[in-house]
Amino acid sequence: MSGLPFYRRERNQHPPAYSPGYKSSVLRAPFRPLVSPEQTELDTSGPTFGHDMLGPLDNDLIRNASQGGEALGERIIVHGRVLDENARPIPNALIEVWQANAGGRYAHTNDGYLAPLDPNFSGCGRTISDAEGYYRFRTIRPGPYPWPNNGSDWRPAHIHMSIFGEAFSQRLITQLYFEGDPLIPLCPIVNTIPDPDVVQRLVARLDFKNQMPFDSLAYRFDIVLRGRRQTYFENREEGA
Amino acid sequence: MMREPSKDGRLKETPSQTAGPYVHIGTAPQSIGREPLANQPGPVAYDGPDAITIEGVIYDGAGEPVRDAMVEFWGADAQGRVGEHGLFGRATTDFKTGEFSFRTVKPGQMREGLAPRIDFLIFARGINLHLHTRIYFPEDRDLIHDDPELKRVAPKARATLIADRIDGGAKGAYRFDVNLQGDNETVFFDV
Ligand SMILES: [Fe+2]
Repeated sequence: MSGLPFYRRERNQHPPAYSPGYKSSVLRAPFRPLVSPEQTELDTSGPTFGHDMLGPLDNDLIRNASQGGEALGERIIVHGRVLDENARPIPNALIEVWQANAGGRYAHTNDGYLAPLDPNFSGCGRTISDAEGYYRFRTIRPGPYPWPNNGSDWRPAHIHMSIFGEAFSQRLITQLYFEGDPLIPLCPIVNTIPDPDVVQRLVARLDFKNQMPFDSLAYRFDIVLRGRRQTYFENREEGA
Repeated sequence: MMREPSKDGRLKETPSQTAGPYVHIGTAPQSIGREPLANQPGPVAYDGPDAITIEGVIYDGAGEPVRDAMVEFWGADAQGRVGEHGLFGRATTDFKTGEFSFRTVKPGQMREGLAPRIDFLIFARGINLHLHTRIYFPEDRDLIHDDPELKRVAPKARATLIADRIDGGAKGAYRFDVNLQGDNETVFFDV
């Protein structure tokens, strides 16, 4: 669906392109100012996804790559709501996730970390939000892992998340971190976000009461995508 | 974390983080030798006899190809219709050469005055918030020249948004290289 344009992205809520503490950004950050055109139908609509595309285990990373057993690690449910900036739920948001296994190793040809692969874990899953914007998936808590940046830096435990809202302008890829992880403030990728209060919005909170008893802990993580302006007039006011 | 509205009653957008070097696992498993999930978007959005192919390389500031990117494209159909008629797909850059390639339709004009275009997003390690550019077509130079959207882009920079027709290539084959930095830095948008 098309419709009203979106609020401009608040760039101070995102990491700047050039973040020298994260060395990979140095040669990959454009330096010219971004161009801000009017939004067209292409920007205010986007690809849509239906619940019928999901396989029964797509949202269960503990079992969706099973070779006969289940994935090793601390079993968790990640759940929350997908909302827009106007606090309206976004239904049918496709959420694709990928992550390392419990030892911090990715099942990826380019990951040579010495922690072993888990034969029952691929680290790939997806889900779609329901009519009220709720989503959930089950997985294991990924392990931290070292990576070359300033010598051996360590990533906090994290889950990569890719989200499609109802319009291409809402497209977002981010990472979920876990409450209480002491590696969060030490991470050069986390610290590409200058404001620690903004970082807090990437930290999933333990949601003890929503655990699956004797099975999995639960973490709550709400996602906010860009919202539409309320009127076209507002667009002319701010969009100059 | 439950979301508390700010003073103006609006929530703040969730901040972006880099897609990292292992983006393939979650978005393009076929690129690391796995089965794609059912109906997972891939590099072929359309494969009819009139399909077009767009290929290219994304160069970093040292002139090296970016070999671990995931790119997404979104365009109108041949009649210029978007929404449910739009064409979407994604591709990855080759681990050795950095080349990406995808197939779709040459989009029509969405509206009088707007040159046909395909929106193109780049996700990769070292890119903290995806980069958004646009692919225009060399046969539409007059429309591009008159497009009010592009008036604010200087002509030299505008040229970075126009694909090249591949001489001697198949009909409908285009080349679109991206430069993340340098004299010929590609124009990126904040839409
Ligand atoms: Fe990661």
